[in-house]
Amino acid sequence: MNPAAPLEDQLSLVGIVVVSHSADVARGTAAIVEQMVGTSVPLAWCGGDPSGGLGTDVAAILTAIETAWSERGVAILADLGGAELNSAMAIELLPPERQSRVVVCRAAIVEGALVAATEASCGSSLEQVRDSAEAWQP
Amino acid sequence: MSVDTDVEKLIAALAEAVISHADELTALDRAIGDGDHGLNMQRGFEAVLKQLPSLAGQPLPEALKAVGMTLVMTVGGASGPLYGTLFLQLGKELPAGANRQQLCTALAAALTALKLRGKSERGQKTMIDALEPALEAFQQGKDPVAAALNGAEATIPMQAQRGRAAFLGERSIGHMDPGARSSALLIAAAAAVGAQQP
Repeated sequence: MNPAAPLEDQLSLVGIVVVSHSADVARGTAAIVEQMVGTSVPLAWCGGDPSGGLGTDVAAILTAIETAWSERGVAILADLGGAELNSAMAIELLPPERQSRVVVCRAAIVEGALVAATEASCGSSLEQVRDSAEAWQP
Repeated sequence: MSVDTDVEKLIAALAEAVISHADELTALDRAIGDGDHGLNMQRGFEAVLKQLPSLAGQPLPEALKAVGMTLVMTVGGASGPLYGTLFLQLGKELPAGANRQQLCTALAAALTALKLRGKSERGQKTMIDALEPALEAFQQGKDPVAAALNGAEATIPMQAQRGRAAFLGERSIGHMDPGARSSALLIAAAAAVGAQQP
């Protein structure tokens, strides 16, 4: 961490966003994460398409990123291709200064979210959070 | 296809092509995917149609960007960011009052952006299998509609390597890719409008 960064930023933790095709899966995954790390890690979830069916919604992903926003960055865990693509799309719609501070982890959604949140709770960097989530093997 | 095409007519034709084939697209997707391609595309293009009055007065590049953003925000499935990227990039690359050569260049850039977005190439049973042959035909002065339709047909014996259909492995063989089909429909609609231009 850059020692010149404001104290508030040095103390903040990387945020976690869960993006599923299903609101039930997203909510459940977030509950499992919260059981592990409590409310210390900024956490948000979204699921379902703009009509409420199965799918993902770019506007909802943007809202979730805003909710879990941390100056240290946000790691997204997504399920299936559409969730990953819509998450990548949402990142491109963020203000330029925020785009490089949000990443999509290529990991299984439940295990990845749990590993990422645990890593984040230790004060790790966004890169460390992503690496841990992506390295996890069952 | 002509660059000076009537924006309102073009966008209405694209939307009509998708909406009138929504059931067919959904049936194709039910065979090898999650069965929502027609519904998702219909939702996206119905949202586009609602904006038609305001799009009609815009230059073509601006209208294409607006269509792309609407698809991104409303489709919900993978086709949202994929078609959204295609339209957004085409709008960004197309100069106002472009000539045929500039249109070719912009279409090629849009296709490249789509490939990057989907991390995909031709031959993987995707919309690229209809779009790339159509672009090549258009560049060579041949019929892009026939090329797109043939390209979509050619996805039938392919094994899917991208998207939900890839989970099916060899069982994806024997079905047309729904994205290739919707791409062929859009190209046919665009070409029909282009052909009506003086």
